[in-house]
Amino acid sequence: MKYQFQVIVSLKPGLLDPQGKAIEGSLPAMGWANASNVRVGKHVELVVDAETEAAAVSQVDEMAQRLLSNPVIESYRIVSTAPLPDPRFEDVS
Amino acid sequence: MSAGTPRVGVVTFPGSLDDRDALRAVALMGGDGVPLWHGDRDLRGVDAVILPGGFSYGDYLRTGALARFAPIMEEVRAFAGRGGPVVGICNGFQILCEAGLLSGALIRNRQLRFVCRFVDVRVETSLSTLTEGLVPGEVLRIPVKHGEGQFVARPDELARIEAEALVTFRYCGPGGELDDEHNVNGSAGWIAGIRSPQGNVVGLMPHPEHAVDPDVGPTGGQPLFASLLTYALARV
Repeated sequence: MKYQFQVIVSLKPGLLDPQGKAIEGSLPAMGWANASNVRVGKHVELVVDAETEAAAVSQVDEMAQRLLSNPVIESYRIVSTAPLPDPRFEDVS
Repeated sequence: MSAGTPRVGVVTFPGSLDDRDALRAVALMGGDGVPLWHGDRDLRGVDAVILPGGFSYGDYLRTGALARFAPIMEEVRAFAGRGGPVVGICNGFQILCEAGLLSGALIRNRQLRFVCRFVDVRVETSLSTLTEGLVPGEVLRIPVKHGEGQFVARPDELARIEAEALVTFRYCGPGGELDDEHNVNGSAGWIAGIRSPQGNVVGLMPHPEHAVDPDVGPTGGQPLFASLLTYALARV
């Protein structure tokens, strides 16, 4: 079976996120003065072919720990999903 | 090559930029530079290894994250484990942190901008392959050129790095002073470079290989290469 996942990698709380800060600094200039706590992370989509969903999840967890994130500065969470609709084809019909 | 000439290997990854400068610096300082290839599993019997600066694997995912899995890194890890001198410069420092051979991580500069200029760094310990024979407190002028050089670590890890005196270099003013103005990228504790507990593995963001030739600028990198060659020679 093929299982689809999203892995969301975020900078750990307390670590300065200069990208988030820069975005947060730009939002008031566009009229959104009420937005705060902007943090920029990474979103990785992948498909794993495995016997069971549990096996796929445990493999994705190991991949997230060993490669997709750096545990010194980042945390991650795994979201198991149905295939995402491709926005390029949404209006074809 | 004579019997007393240390052989220093420099690894070229796809996207390495400073491998040739590192080889040239080794030669200028009296060593024998040996080009090494990321895809090989062979250190060609060198006495020391340099992981040079650049943008290995395009810095995809995170700086140094993919280079760490290059075939040659298994050999570098084993070599470091046997006490062999390993130096990571800039991207090489990022690779050593990703590989877990050094603590901490390097993230985007505090000011969000790439920084390319000469800085002063203060030597913090003589117990490393790059600083043997140097006096703590000595200030060296060496260039930096990086976008992701801000050193960070978990608070407990940072405390351990300081307690075990693993900090090897700090960014400073011309007189060795630590103030915000001279923290070129916002690094925790002004940290410009650290060592492993044994001192044989060292990583630093500044580029000593660009500061060895008096014809083109300051020569703050000379004593570091001299130390590396002495350290490597002691193992020959």
